[in-house]
Amino acid sequence: MRKYITDFKIIGKRVFNEMYFSLVLQHPERLPGIDAGQFVEVEVPGNKQVMLRRPISIHDVDTENNTLTLLVQVVGKGTKTLSCLEIGQTLNLVYPLGHGFCLEGKNVLLVGGGAGIAPLLHLSKCFASKGIRPTILLGGRTTNHIPVQKEFEPYGTIGFATEDGSLGEKGMVTQHSLFTNSYDHIYTCGPTPMMKAVARYAMQNNIECEVSLENMMACGIGACLCCVVDSDEGHKCVCKEGPVFNAKRLTNWINK
Amino acid sequence: MLETKIHNLTLKNPVMTASGTFGYGEEFADFVDLNRLGGIIVKGTTGERRQGNPYPRMAETPSGMLNAVGLQNVGVETFCKEVYHRIKDLDTNIIVNVSGSSIEEYCKTAAMIDELDNIPAIELNISCPNVKKGGMGFGVNPEMAAQVVSEVRKIYHKTLIVKLTPNVTNIVEIAKAVEGAGADSVSLINTLLGMAIDVEKQRPYLSTITGGLSGPAVKPVAVRMVWQVAHAVSIPVIGLGGIASAADALEFLMAGAKAVQVGTANFIDPAVTMKIIDGLEDYCKRHRINDINDIIGII
Repeated sequence: MRKYITDFKIIGKRVFNEMYFSLVLQHPERLPGIDAGQFVEVEVPGNKQVMLRRPISIHDVDTENNTLTLLVQVVGKGTKTLSCLEIGQTLNLVYPLGHGFCLEGKNVLLVGGGAGIAPLLHLSKCFASKGIRPTILLGGRTTNHIPVQKEFEPYGTIGFATEDGSLGEKGMVTQHSLFTNSYDHIYTCGPTPMMKAVARYAMQNNIECEVSLENMMACGIGACLCCVVDSDEGHKCVCKEGPVFNAKRLTNWINK
Repeated sequence: MLETKIHNLTLKNPVMTASGTFGYGEEFADFVDLNRLGGIIVKGTTGERRQGNPYPRMAETPSGMLNAVGLQNVGVETFCKEVYHRIKDLDTNIIVNVSGSSIEEYCKTAAMIDELDNIPAIELNISCPNVKKGGMGFGVNPEMAAQVVSEVRKIYHKTLIVKLTPNVTNIVEIAKAVEGAGADSVSLINTLLGMAIDVEKQRPYLSTITGGLSGPAVKPVAVRMVWQVAHAVSIPVIGLGGIASAADALEFLMAGAKAVQVGTANFIDPAVTMKIIDGLEDYCKRHRINDINDIIGII
């Protein structure tokens, strides 16, 4: 899949709370095809302390308006700087990067936690276009940690799990009543302990499972070899061979 | 206008890519006309496949980054059998960075690369700070540097570039030692040994604690060392360290480098090498320079 380096214009911004914001970015021309689970490398303008691009997953794609939406959690100086951008400014992206979700299965469960819910919206829409309604389980410490909620409603059966019980069932996503229904494929993105727990359950129950990893990156295109995961076949670049991996390739990582 | 020579190699222009920052070139094919480059120094290659160091291997620092990749690579046999055939027909100088932990390993790898028709040179990496054995160990001692270069020289017949580490008291001494041992060119600088600590987690950012610093932060150190070495040896010097623009490249050329390598900047702008070549052309036009060699070493 061809990669591009392009200036996008920020045409929308939404601040959910002090942790999460989203940017709607418009491409000057027709967007290329983008797989669910792929990501962009965003140049961070206006902060001399930030040199490297930041990898951000693609939350939503609108091919009619040629826009991408990025849902971002503020975790450091790069994302903090991005949170200060305003509508009208331009943002330079290298995209679309990485290997996305496979979109297989009929009885499908999506499990997202925190910022990891970001790629699941585009994934839900891709399933919808195949006529498949997944079960979508979204988790977080509190309701504030699940910034996007009702946007998922048209695309599947939704369940929420929060540690404090402020939204949906109280507890972890893996304790949710919908989690142990019968599925043939599980797709997950979120905190590492959550993904490992989901992947372990899937493997114990012979369910196909894909996990989307989030390692620190420099180049985003498989050149610097900084973002590797210790896969069963040795070190693999999360940016190029991932970020989405079949859990079967990561038993080392899952059991560590 | 921009053509330069490094020993027997003719470069269309002085802009090459630094080892470990440009993969095998293929990763950048969507962003760069690879055939427009003066040369591509491909990923450091060792006698056997290497896994490199554990994650995390990278930390961003002011105007730079630390890495501790540790020479992860497919090994020389896979390079020769697979990678070489994918890239050998590119119309640029494809140079293999040869790394190792022992003189035997350097010689084994160099001998196998010597057999490849379309690889006109190797860059002998005696300066990697991220491997436990060998690597920089050879590059910090003039006698050991000379020894590894002279052994490789015996079995390698094409252009032999030696990549030097800045983590020494006197880089000129090392440069002279490898020149005396038969190097055709030296490239400098490899990364500066550095360290960064996450104070919230109270632990180093890198799994290896220390790593190699690169990026604009190291450029003034690199320009100084290139200038010192270019005045002390008669073989051509290739300059690198923090180059991100044509002006940066020109600093190295004026300091005495016959060519330059662009490294970390490729991560930030994958098309940066094309902009640097354009910028050099533009500079020559603006200053009415017909031959870039006219400004090499003017300082």
